[in-house]
Amino acid sequence: MSPDRRSWIHAWLLLMPAAIVLIGFTYYPAVGTVVESLWTNGTVIRPSKFAGWDNYAQVLGDPVFRKVFRNTVLFALGTVPPAITLALLMALWVNGGLAGRALVRLAYFTPTILPMIAVANIWLFFYTPGIGLLDQIGHGLGVEGHNWLGDADTALACIMVMTVWKEAGFFMIFYLAALQTLPPDLIEAARLEGAGRWTIFRRITFPLLMPTTLFVLINALLNSFKLVDPLFVLTKGGPDNATNLLLYYIYETGFSFFDGAYAATLTVVLLTLLAGIALTQFAVLDRRIHYR
Amino acid sequence: MFAEMKRVAFGAACVSALVGGMVGVAEAKTALTLYYPIAVGGPLTQVVDGMVADFETANPDIDVTAIYAGNYNDARVKALAALTAGEPAQLSVMFSIDTYDLIEQDAIVPFDDVVKTDEDKAWLDSFYPALMENGRTLGKTWGVPFQRSTIVMYYNKDLFKAAGLDPNHPPTSWDELAEMGKTLTTGDHYGIMIPSTGYPYWMFGALAKQNGETLMDGDGKVTYFDKPAVVEALRYWRDLSVKYGAMPEGTIEWGTLRQNFLEGKTAMMWHSTGNLTAVKKDATFDFGVAMLPGNKMAGSPTGGGNFYIFKKSTDEEKAASLKLIQFMTAPERSAQWSIATGYMGVSPASYETKALTDYVAEFPPAAVARDQLKYATAELSTYQTGRVRKLLDDAIQSALTGAATPEEALKGAQSQAEALLKPYL
Repeated sequence: MSPDRRSWIHAWLLLMPAAIVLIGFTYYPAVGTVVESLWTNGTVIRPSKFAGWDNYAQVLGDPVFRKVFRNTVLFALGTVPPAITLALLMALWVNGGLAGRALVRLAYFTPTILPMIAVANIWLFFYTPGIGLLDQIGHGLGVEGHNWLGDADTALACIMVMTVWKEAGFFMIFYLAALQTLPPDLIEAARLEGAGRWTIFRRITFPLLMPTTLFVLINALLNSFKLVDPLFVLTKGGPDNATNLLLYYIYETGFSFFDGAYAATLTVVLLTLLAGIALTQFAVLDRRIHYR
Repeated sequence: MFAEMKRVAFGAACVSALVGGMVGVAEAKTALTLYYPIAVGGPLTQVVDGMVADFETANPDIDVTAIYAGNYNDARVKALAALTAGEPAQLSVMFSIDTYDLIEQDAIVPFDDVVKTDEDKAWLDSFYPALMENGRTLGKTWGVPFQRSTIVMYYNKDLFKAAGLDPNHPPTSWDELAEMGKTLTTGDHYGIMIPSTGYPYWMFGALAKQNGETLMDGDGKVTYFDKPAVVEALRYWRDLSVKYGAMPEGTIEWGTLRQNFLEGKTAMMWHSTGNLTAVKKDATFDFGVAMLPGNKMAGSPTGGGNFYIFKKSTDEEKAASLKLIQFMTAPERSAQWSIATGYMGVSPASYETKALTDYVAEFPPAAVARDQLKYATAELSTYQTGRVRKLLDDAIQSALTGAATPEEALKGAQSQAEALLKPYL
């Protein structure tokens, strides 16, 4: 056997364990999902038959899907930028030399440690009309109580606020790590040139943080599409689908309506969307980022 | 769908295969695997395990593995997944409204095919008829009642006194409910709360029945969402907040409602009897439990879980399953289960046992759900039941939040439900 051939075999053997797991648990199910989305939902009494694009046509005509899609986009817009901004602010704050900063860092990071279901249960009681924390504070200030989660106009915003609170601490850690690696000489040099704090942030710190921002942005966006746990506790997608998000709708379709084919179709839509977002981000933003 | 559930169940199947292998079932014994859900609080798995152990002592030739499978949704998914994965599962407790889905999946056999003797047939007729409604279709009986409930009205007697109302006279009609609700409402608390998340269709089934209408036919193929009496029921529900101001506007959360009641933020609430033991334990005030008020008549849907026998089992296993179900639903066990949970006894005979007679004498609210049974109707259940239920839930919530009028909302739900059910007619 030529040495070339042997290293070739070695390479494949080394790749095999990871490849088997990936194929078995990622690629095969993904391909299976695409195939399933082209068939009708089969029961024993009414066997599955080839549907072509029918399921996709159904998605386009589905009013609940339209609402859910709109909610999902709103949710991403309403959680990602605030969470990233807040994370950056908190990181800058605890990066400075303030007294007891270990405690402050821990405090900011705490929401991240808590399990989402527990957090959602706590916030459920914040939002509960009458006896909830929000209404009790409002009552003290003489403000009329509000049915936060029961009102279609406020329910989604309530879930966004909770999500930002939960996620910001996590992203703060990445910014904090990045801030600690920034070379101090650049900032000192800028100071000697007479640059103010805002200018230093805008012209030096922020551009140098861009790789972190891209990383955080992609993660935050993907998270915003994947986050459904609080819905099970807080609203179950209601009232009248006002807080229904794409992944939750897929779960409902698959496990409560038993419509595997339509759930598969919605999954393909979600996957395409996520792949599109990731590609755009890498392709467009990557070019504008300064890597050292 | 099945392929999907297969993947989900794979891990669970591996574990149970291991466990099954270790137990080493003896040749002569019939082995049964029972999946069951718990939907209310308390250490109820111990109660089930105890009952199963008693059964095994009484029937040494049958070996039962009872698997707690989460809530109703989880139990159905897990049991069906185990079946498709080729795992043994002979019987299960599942939502009483799963009947049509299970029939369509060809997963269950009717009890009529399993009962052989006259004694068995008499047993099948020994339950409260209202509890059999959700399990009977196509002229056969597919489910036998186990953990069953109705909706009842809990009320705070202290708040009734404070408002100058007779604490022993809870409202019995819609007019009284609205009037008293209004009187009971102050700046600090509301008169009445009816939950509208989680299971809005269930609460609405009660209102519709009280207005003399049911939500669907007995074959699960036709819904009546836009009948005038049904629309009127939804309008009344909405009016309780916008017209009478007795209930908060918007939807009311199922999960936190008990806390609202316990903290005196509402004088009355509609909830499952399953909450009775918890309310009894935590209430710091004098409370009462009453049947739901009626309009044209009294009414509440039943709720809860039934026993089903799976098709994919041998004749011996089916016979053994029947034995186990008969054991679990016998009057003494049903009484024991009722006292431990707040669910009702499933047969008139269970209320004649000493245990339950004594319990009801000591704690009369325990009998309200049973007394209400004679006005009870089936819980919403049709083919495509998950989708149809969601259509109605969304319609109710859009009316309660004021996004649509009751008429528009229910008309929309009805026409979509008709489209869904067309292939079954």
